[in-house]
Amino acid sequence: MKFIVAIIKPFKLDEVRDALGALGVAGMTVTEVKGFGRQKGQTEIYRGAEYTTNMLPKVKIEVAVSDALAPQVVETIQQVASTDAIGDGKIFVLELASATRIRTGETGDTAL
Amino acid sequence: MFRKTFTGLIVAGAALATATAAFAQDAAVAAGPVKNPTVEQMATMVNKGDTTWMLISSVLVLLMSVPGLALFYGGLVRTKNMLSVLMQVFMIVSITGLMWALFGYSIAFTSGAGHEIMGYQFFGGLSKSLMAGVTSGTYAATFSNGVYIPELSYFVFQMTFAMITPALFIGSFAERVKFWPLMLFTVLWSILVYYPVAHMVWYWAGPDFLMDTVKKTADGTLISQDSGFLFQKGALDFAGGTVVHINAGIAGLVGCLVLGKRLGFGKENTPPHSLTMTMIGASLLWVGWFGFNAGSNLESNGVAAVAFVNTMLATCAAALSWAVVEQLVHKKPSMLGAASGAVAGLVAITPASGYGAPMTSIVLGLIVSPICFFFVSTVKNKFKYDDTLDVFGIHCIGGITGALATAVVAAPSLGGQGYFDYTVFPAVAVASDAYSITGQLWIQIQAVVTTLLWSGIVSAILLIAIDKLIGLRASEEAEREGLDLNEHGERAYNM
Repeated sequence: MKFIVAIIKPFKLDEVRDALGALGVAGMTVTEVKGFGRQKGQTEIYRGAEYTTNMLPKVKIEVAVSDALAPQVVETIQQVASTDAIGDGKIFVLELASATRIRTGETGDTAL
Repeated sequence: MFRKTFTGLIVAGAALATATAAFAQDAAVAAGPVKNPTVEQMATMVNKGDTTWMLISSVLVLLMSVPGLALFYGGLVRTKNMLSVLMQVFMIVSITGLMWALFGYSIAFTSGAGHEIMGYQFFGGLSKSLMAGVTSGTYAATFSNGVYIPELSYFVFQMTFAMITPALFIGSFAERVKFWPLMLFTVLWSILVYYPVAHMVWYWAGPDFLMDTVKKTADGTLISQDSGFLFQKGALDFAGGTVVHINAGIAGLVGCLVLGKRLGFGKENTPPHSLTMTMIGASLLWVGWFGFNAGSNLESNGVAAVAFVNTMLATCAAALSWAVVEQLVHKKPSMLGAASGAVAGLVAITPASGYGAPMTSIVLGLIVSPICFFFVSTVKNKFKYDDTLDVFGIHCIGGITGALATAVVAAPSLGGQGYFDYTVFPAVAVASDAYSITGQLWIQIQAVVTTLLWSGIVSAILLIAIDKLIGLRASEEAEREGLDLNEHGERAYNM
């Protein structure tokens, strides 16, 4: 099993969610986060006072998927969330040791 | 002018007819307006339309303070200081309202004859303290011979001005001032600055009384008359450019210098927490300002409509020109910029509102925004004073721009209203060729400098004294955590 963490632009969330749903991903966790990468924030000007915001708002998606599905998920997120512009985000894939469904106690791929 | 005189004749005629019932109506009308009318005669010179307009205008000016100004300022501070700003405005309004009834009205709007300094009046007396003799049966003069409004409506209209003026300067002190010391400053500032300056600019005996108090030398030079120092000099301030905006604006600048910069000023980001609130507040200011400017005519007539239209056009022009300046300088027009421009336009047109013409008002609005923009961006950044919400840059600078421009836009040759000579009875409009723009400009400069010095110096003394005695500034910890929790024990938003 793989645990996939993707940091994307907030407005891409719905598209990503629909695309992953079409692939058969049964659930995901979404968090509003702030951070920076190569895109170094943006400048806001209030009556001539300039503020550089170095943390930008992003959305973090977490999905747990089977090993077989993982490459497709990564590829789909990459394609759907891309705008070809700086600040599109990153995708991280982690090994997932175990998964348990709390209601039934099922484990492994059937718990996903 | 013709209409004014005509109305005056009829009203005065009715007064005389009542007073001396034996006289025929024709004879009474022929007698013209009444000099030095008695209270009984004034009672017949009151118009329900004027009274209504004054009461409505008073409500509109209150709307400017609460919630207008409170929200305009509140949106510009950080979340942790929102309530402190709202509370400061709310309490200043409440305290100065009470003070107005206790003695404020009396000091500002009774005659200072008897304690003149070099023939000039700087303070009124205490004869109307606790509203003594101010009842439903007393009347206040307007700017027309033979037209009066109930004194209580004048009392409450002027009260709303005394409320909003000190509420303006808190914008410079925001995010670091302690609550009660600020209230103490408000009380002392009202007594020693607002009431005297209001008296200097606005107090006069009234159009049916002034001429008998005028003393002139043999060659016709004015020595004295029963009016305030700056009124007597001929300063034109229709609705409070000097009394309200320059007065509060310079106090704000002095205050932010005495208080010092906020912690993290220039290092930490201190962006506005809700420009939505600021837009609502600025819009309420705009709406309320019609009471402020058009109400200052004291009568519901053509000149009130002129002030109304001028106020509208100058504000539209200033909002637009600020947005254009931002587009040119920062490449984007901001909502905060548009709101700031609107307020700058309102401030600038205030002294000129009843004197200018619509087209010159538009020019004034277009000019004021770039000037204020220069002060809030370039000048403030260069000298690094922490005028948190730009009270100086917008109110003082906008007020000075408007006060000086009044000399120009009032000129009859430019379509302005000119002014009336009240030293003769009945009052006459100054002839177009007798109006000197440069002469008037010199008088306006004197009014501006007098206000800047009086308010600036007295504010500095008061603020330094309060700071030394009880401390003006919140503790470092309170400032970091926010004034809302530390000064008021509550949060603006529990989410």
